[in-house]
Amino acid sequence: MSGIAIDAPGTSQLFIGNEAIARGALEAGVGFAAAYPGTPSSEIIGSLAQVAKEAGIYVEWSVNEIVALEAAAGASFAGIRALAAMKQNGVNVASDFLANLVMSGTGRGGLLLIHCDDPSAISSSNEQDTRPIAKWLDIPLVEPGDFQEAKDMTKWLFDLSEELGTICLLRSVTRIAHARGNVKLGELPKVKPKAYFDQTHDLKNVMPTKYIPVPSPVRHFFQHMKLNRAREKFEIAPFNRYVGPQNPELLLITCGSCWLYSLDAVKALKLEDRVGILKLGTIWPLPEKFLEQYVTKAPKILFVEEIDPFLEQSVMELIAGLTSLDHYPVFYGKRSGHLNAYGELNPDMVIKAISNILGLTYQPRPVEYSSQAESFRKSHVPERSMTFCPGCPHRATFWAIKNALKLDGRNGFVTGDIGCYSMAIGPAGFFQVRTMHCMGAGAGIANGLGRLGQFGFDQPVLAVVGDSTFYHATIPALVNGIYNQSNFILVILDNSATAMTGFQPHPGTGITAMGEPTKVVSMEALCRSLGARVEVCDPFDLKATTATLLDMMTEGGGAKVIIMRRECELVRSKKQDAPYKVYVDQDKCIGEDCGCDRLCTRVFLCPGLVWDKKAGKSRIDEVICAGCGVCADICPRGAIVKEAR
Amino acid sequence: MKPKRLSKDPLNLIITGVGGQGNVMISLIVGKALVQAGYFVTIGETYGASQRGGPVMSHIRISEHTQYSPFIPDGCADIILGMEPVETLRMLSKYGNPNVVTIINPRPIYSIDVTGGQASYPDLNELMSVVRKLSAKVWVINATEEAQKMGSAMFANSFLIGALVASKILPLKRESVEPVLRETFSREIDANILAFNKGMELTKLSAT
Repeated sequence: MSGIAIDAPGTSQLFIGNEAIARGALEAGVGFAAAYPGTPSSEIIGSLAQVAKEAGIYVEWSVNEIVALEAAAGASFAGIRALAAMKQNGVNVASDFLANLVMSGTGRGGLLLIHCDDPSAISSSNEQDTRPIAKWLDIPLVEPGDFQEAKDMTKWLFDLSEELGTICLLRSVTRIAHARGNVKLGELPKVKPKAYFDQTHDLKNVMPTKYIPVPSPVRHFFQHMKLNRAREKFEIAPFNRYVGPQNPELLLITCGSCWLYSLDAVKALKLEDRVGILKLGTIWPLPEKFLEQYVTKAPKILFVEEIDPFLEQSVMELIAGLTSLDHYPVFYGKRSGHLNAYGELNPDMVIKAISNILGLTYQPRPVEYSSQAESFRKSHVPERSMTFCPGCPHRATFWAIKNALKLDGRNGFVTGDIGCYSMAIGPAGFFQVRTMHCMGAGAGIANGLGRLGQFGFDQPVLAVVGDSTFYHATIPALVNGIYNQSNFILVILDNSATAMTGFQPHPGTGITAMGEPTKVVSMEALCRSLGARVEVCDPFDLKATTATLLDMMTEGGGAKVIIMRRECELVRSKKQDAPYKVYVDQDKCIGEDCGCDRLCTRVFLCPGLVWDKKAGKSRIDEVICAGCGVCADICPRGAIVKEAR
Repeated sequence: MKPKRLSKDPLNLIITGVGGQGNVMISLIVGKALVQAGYFVTIGETYGASQRGGPVMSHIRISEHTQYSPFIPDGCADIILGMEPVETLRMLSKYGNPNVVTIINPRPIYSIDVTGGQASYPDLNELMSVVRKLSAKVWVINATEEAQKMGSAMFANSFLIGALVASKILPLKRESVEPVLRETFSREIDANILAFNKGMELTKLSAT
């Protein structure tokens, strides 16, 4: 249970950044919050949903990010403070509405878009810096540098959004969103707002309501005036600060998680008297006068920020226009190659960059220890590749797909997208997935491939999507495939949860974010209504699943749908004990002498199956085995035994 | 509340293991207890895709004065709590130094690279001697084995929290951790408390 609604002002709690943002929203009196789950943003809505009833607010998992933002805007238009939260890719999905919303302005209720970037793409299909969207679409943007700020900034930003009548952006990254730290709580509001859509406004003779983004040039000009007012607020905001000597040899300009890395680096190098850190919390528009005070005093400037050189380019542009400077400082950062313009940073990278610039050496541990440790790592630490969990239905699905494609014999293949099942690009899913892009992309790509018959293309194409992804991003691609008669099979991996992001419910589960029962949007009924052949399989029944796949591939024709239905093992195991006790009959398993060439441990690769070197046979690791029993059906000698518990 | 003086500030703790073992749970419990004792605590963890059978680590940074970043710099760990032997060595090789103290659960979990035959798991005795070479002090706690005796390997987490408290490296006492265990576990609360206490007792006996 999330502790974000604790009514204990002044006490310190240990929150992840996302919980701190959610708490800030509660303290600001948020009434409406919507999102589609996406790591590293999911816990904002997850934690708000847990306390929604006691806090008297409305929280939903929307079907995708653009609907989440549109729904939140609806609440803002009716005077309710609202937020939409998403990961970096979600901003792309929501950006069309966002670009229009900037022109129309928001309602009486403040409106925030909270976007969490994933530098290094730790849980993403790509890495991308979403800060430039603020410059691109003219939207005020702030970014917290620690957990306390994540809370305080969220509250502060609601006031700003309401005052200016514009949506505001709060950007966070994985190492704030998903890291934990101290947060001192503030007061929770006691007054509940009333929702009302006000249809009158001062330009009534020109436009029927306020919320229309035309005439666009006029609206665009208004937005620039709002940005200028935001800049004035940013000049005196409590989130920009400087630490260090009055005239530093080197000035670091930083934001977000890099603020803490910069502090760590300067401390580790004991350079507190020589190096200054200018930390920005208000990122766009830049607080120009505030910056000017510091950039004019340092002969060298290092920009410490993650992914794009956003501050680097914006501050250099600002300095280029300063008339008070008689000579420019030397700039270091991504342009100079001292820090990467890709991947996440960490304190060691900042230590290295500063050491390079100032000509220092840094040695955290004795050289002999380092070389010994490195050689032990090489000799004694085997790789540990990611894999599907023991008992995961996806392993069985990809096993069936692999065998069906082989039996079909036409060199068929799988297109995919992002989800747990992306692991099928590697050994966990037998290298079956050949393309992996944004949500739903596999189905879109299959639409193109499935129309290439006139060019001699006859390879079967299977597009895999998760159940939550089906509702989010696949329905238009399926409609397109049926309308344009593209030849592919949509494989929906229905594990009854948005598993990769933390098992959130979706329209097929019959439950809402706030835990209320609701109508199930049946994926098979929906697909059948479109005119597709639809089959539903249990992937644990390998034989039937393989046969159905093969039959659908042989049939050809337009787009078809096969639903692989089996609950996520991590969800199932919370409710029930393992269905089977599984063991390897040591008399039946003949190990290396069997013609199977260690099919179970070498190819099937469930971590619950291990190779006993001494015995030269397979064995079940009872600590790992989930008791699904699927491996009993792949052993050609029937040596793996499953006994119902 | 003014917290007790730390032996070093910040104190850097790494908890490591394999995705699914309960890394996040241990770091959350330890972190909560430390915040309640008045410290600044920052926890950084591997999340997301790596939770599925991959190597996982939590970096816990404890200070009387300020919030540190969620990354311990290379070579700067003070304590490593390893739930799996190879993962313990993976962390020691990157973050260890001649003063590091290691608590290790010696139960291997084989990776698919090992079961698939592309990599081999080192001999356990040899691995343990390497861990000793790279540590100032080592506690070997058979947490999985003891937890299995109690009916489930998952109790190993509470066992190891007990070991960490008993080692006295952290400014934590039994009385401050027990309530956090009670409020964090939704199931098997009494069994987890029992495992925690057993972990404490076993550690007091096994210091090497």
